[in-house]
Amino acid sequence: MKQKDVICVVCPNSCAITVKQMPDGKLLMEGQGCKRGEQYASDEFLAPKRTLATTVRIKGAFIPLLPVRSSVPVPKERLNDILDLLARIEVQAPFKCGSVVVQNVLGLGADIIATRTLGVDTCAKVACELR
Amino acid sequence: MMQKETDVAVIGGGPAGLAAAIEANKGGCSVTIIERDDGLGGILQQCIHPGFGLHEFKEELAGPEYAQRYIDMLGETKVDVMLGTMVLDMTPKKEILAINEQGVVKVQAKAIVLAMGCRERTRGAIKIPGYRPTGVYTAGTAQRFVNIEGFMPGTRYVILGSGDIGMIMARRLTWEGAKVEAVVEIMSYPSGLIRNKVQCLDDFGIPLYLSHTVVRVHGKDRVTGITIARVDENWKMVPGTEIFFSCDTLLLSVGLIPENEVSRKAGIRLARTNGPEVNQFLQTNVEGVFACGNVLQVHDLVDNVAIEAKRAGAMAAMYATGIRLPSINSPDAVPLVAGRGIGYVLPIKVNTGVDLALASRIGPVNVSLRVKRPVDDVYVRVKNGAKEVYKKFFKHLRPSEMVIFELSAAALNAIDKAQPIEAYLEPKPAKELSEAKVA
Repeated sequence: MKQKDVICVVCPNSCAITVKQMPDGKLLMEGQGCKRGEQYASDEFLAPKRTLATTVRIKGAFIPLLPVRSSVPVPKERLNDILDLLARIEVQAPFKCGSVVVQNVLGLGADIIATRTLGVDTCAKVACELR
Repeated sequence: MMQKETDVAVIGGGPAGLAAAIEANKGGCSVTIIERDDGLGGILQQCIHPGFGLHEFKEELAGPEYAQRYIDMLGETKVDVMLGTMVLDMTPKKEILAINEQGVVKVQAKAIVLAMGCRERTRGAIKIPGYRPTGVYTAGTAQRFVNIEGFMPGTRYVILGSGDIGMIMARRLTWEGAKVEAVVEIMSYPSGLIRNKVQCLDDFGIPLYLSHTVVRVHGKDRVTGITIARVDENWKMVPGTEIFFSCDTLLLSVGLIPENEVSRKAGIRLARTNGPEVNQFLQTNVEGVFACGNVLQVHDLVDNVAIEAKRAGAMAAMYATGIRLPSINSPDAVPLVAGRGIGYVLPIKVNTGVDLALASRIGPVNVSLRVKRPVDDVYVRVKNGAKEVYKKFFKHLRPSEMVIFELSAAALNAIDKAQPIEAYLEPKPAKELSEAKVA
């Protein structure tokens, strides 16, 4: 029988919930304080998800990195696959906050979106012109 | 020398400065933000993790996204922004001396909002013995390197301090391919949010050593390892409990200090929290100078910074347009003190006998406090002599979370000036608790 201890993060009560799966697939829970906690523990047991936030390389901006995140939470066990994919990506400035960097990443139903607006670095441009 | 006049000068263009400037501008004032970095947004720009703005925007935004919302709002105003400009001095007459690439700038303001934020405590502040090799960084510096500038400070890490920045960096570094050996916390409980312990440490199997601290940094040119040890209740090392970790980097996430050097120069009195002493109008002892955000108190959530900063901006605009706000120096200002179980409480003083028209315009008094240590099943009570001013029950209180509440104008009118107002914790009687369970 599969069993998992989950600390609920829905509210500051931080309930310690034990989830057990019966042979018929039904979940048995102990320690949950509310319905929302029950849902959280069930998700954590069956299919834990996380919002991924990281950076991708950007060219032509005044900094070398563009911060990005997944538009919705993605399966926890696929985070490393997404990180590997994003490590190989480079975008070009300008880039607007909220615009899509990777659509439907790895077919997981989440887009990778920029979380900062980065314009073309005018200082770099002026330096080029002077040269 | 370049000279400039403005109704309201806002020092700092982070979340507090942005919100204060927008609000002061709404109050009909010309506003100037003076920011030393090359862009607006402050610390939010390096906090690329989600979780910002849940209260204000009902969305979990990344730090830079939250900042962008305010930068966009600012773009629709006529607020003047001076970037790359560092304030060096400020006088009680609200004359600001700053420096940038063009030279020295003098800004004459009618009112000033202090929104400089805070900086990290360093190794010097916590006195770790050993050599001074390369590889000891504050967590926020490492965060800037990794998230903005594109450098990794090391490959194997020990993190001292379980504050939110430290735990979030543990996850971030792991995702960037580094190995985090341990997070070490001198207190017997994690000092950041439980959510961050679960999602930043437990998710990656990173051990958290509670009641432990770093007792030695090894290595001469570069960190080669860290020794930690258990501490007793007096924070003294327990001999024989040492654990050695081979690593090349130590990150320190050991607290923040409000950045008030410039405030001090203007004769602004600082409280025990290292932030300026303010009354309910967020006005310091220098009339027309207001404080908000992390320069006043280290906040838990940026949403709370924005609320406080908007208030400071509105107050500054009122002052700049000729409305005199009651002074913290007045005999009508009654001390609000931190009693049993309370770490600190703000405002430092509450002005009583405020003109009714003014009071109704300003609204209720916002009080914010933090508890000293984690407690369950307590009342937060505020008393003035024998009179009850406020009472509320809390199931859980943690030092990592601010408690914010309002005191009504009616409660303030009844304040006895001869006695201080005291905020304190009172355990809920066991009898009431068991009765509640039956019910």
